[in-house]
Amino acid sequence: MPTLKILVVDDEPGIRSGVARILRNFRVDYPFMEEAYDFEVFEASTGEMGIEIIESNQPDIILLDNKLPGIQGIEVLEYIKKKQYNIIVAMITSYASLELAVKATTDGAYDFIPKPFTPQELKSSVENITKKIFLKKMTTRLQESGKQVRFQFLSVLSHELKAPLNAIEGYLKMIRERQLGGKIEDYNDVIERMQDRIRGMRTLILDLLDLTKAETSQVKRNIVDTNINQIIRNAIDTMQPYSIQKEVTVTIKGLDNVVIKADPNEMEIIMNNLISNSIKYNKEGGSVTCDVTDEGDQIGISVSDTGIGMTEQEMGRLFQDFVRIKNEKTRNITGSGLGLSIVKKLVDSYNGKIGVSSMPDQGSTFKVSLPKVAK
Amino acid sequence: MKPKPLIFLVDDDIDYLFQAKVKLEKAGYEVITAESQKEAEEIINKMKPDLAILDLMMENEDSGFILCYKFKKKYPDLPIIIATAVAAETGISFDIHDENNRKWIKADCFLEKGIRTDIFLSEIEKLLAKKP
Repeated sequence: MPTLKILVVDDEPGIRSGVARILRNFRVDYPFMEEAYDFEVFEASTGEMGIEIIESNQPDIILLDNKLPGIQGIEVLEYIKKKQYNIIVAMITSYASLELAVKATTDGAYDFIPKPFTPQELKSSVENITKKIFLKKMTTRLQESGKQVRFQFLSVLSHELKAPLNAIEGYLKMIRERQLGGKIEDYNDVIERMQDRIRGMRTLILDLLDLTKAETSQVKRNIVDTNINQIIRNAIDTMQPYSIQKEVTVTIKGLDNVVIKADPNEMEIIMNNLISNSIKYNKEGGSVTCDVTDEGDQIGISVSDTGIGMTEQEMGRLFQDFVRIKNEKTRNITGSGLGLSIVKKLVDSYNGKIGVSSMPDQGSTFKVSLPKVAK
Repeated sequence: MKPKPLIFLVDDDIDYLFQAKVKLEKAGYEVITAESQKEAEEIINKMKPDLAILDLMMENEDSGFILCYKFKKKYPDLPIIIATAVAAETGISFDIHDENNRKWIKADCFLEKGIRTDIFLSEIEKLLAKKP
């Protein structure tokens, strides 16, 4: 069983022995922990003695009184901060002035335990600290192996994959139990929703494939002379059924026949995503303008729409996996939340840049800059 | 005849919303719905339901908690269920029976979205029966 070292720094012997007694048989268990933690208590009656024990025994947790005979608790806290020791400190105080609390918190105190405390109060504080220590250890371990990002990705992915299945399963159950009536017509809406969810799921799977390609692309990239204007025109054609349906006009301006060294399939993924977004998040009857410009070593491709736009805050999260802007305006727009994250990964892999500017209700412009010669 | 208890259902998944609404109406409740935290806040300012069922993650990751806090502030006696799919999918569990969590999460009950209809309905009944 792992043991955490707790140092109690307090000039009252009663408090010290009380803590030792209360924590003697105390164990902290947590659903994710492999094993329960127990505690070994060290005692110091002054701050000076506390620092000695910190140096000799490296405690995990310190319960620190502020009013001490020699140096004050807050000075011990400053010492720990200066030395950058990885110790969680809880201040034990009989009267916590706001000033002290603020100072202690900025110096890294994690918790305050009011004095006098009941055994239960002490235990619950120690329990919280233990959980924090455990989670910190877990996070470092996961980060080290790069597993955390993967874990997050997979858990969101499993949510995104399960959501349509749950919805469809629910609808099928409604049909089986004839919840909406005995006629097939009673289920028109339900069937349409099921089809929508299946379509959404298919898009997600296709996007996942693109994402996998984007992440492994450099290995087997096919770099050739690629006509960017041609790629844009193809993307516009591909999206045409969609733009017709929404009555959105898509035009291309700027330089023509711009050729760069790149993988045409990857350029296609980038342009398809940007143009499909510009139609999807547009207003009915709106327009999309694609512009190709020369920027010296790079070429610039921008896609501007006259759509719903975004706030500053929404823009910040835009390029992360599975981030979809959720608000009233996007409620009926479906998507996997992977498109822009794929685009960004690809653009990054070419040492290019992607940026966005936007005004709510006015429209957004996505601009990609790519080196003319792939590195 | 006793009036039907009014349940306020908030979820941004319109499919879940529709399916749960049908279930609840079949069970004899009146149901009003909202599809976002924002819409829910507007509705709660105009009326008081007998019970609220909130999704956890909507516009914000903690929309459910925020709504829960606001609802309870306005109507301390309103029973609230937070229905989430979080535990089953991420392995992160919230436990309402844990004292520490109960202090800041004010919901009366946490339910997994996929639970059986009879359990779902019996939890609702229990909470409605507790009401003074």
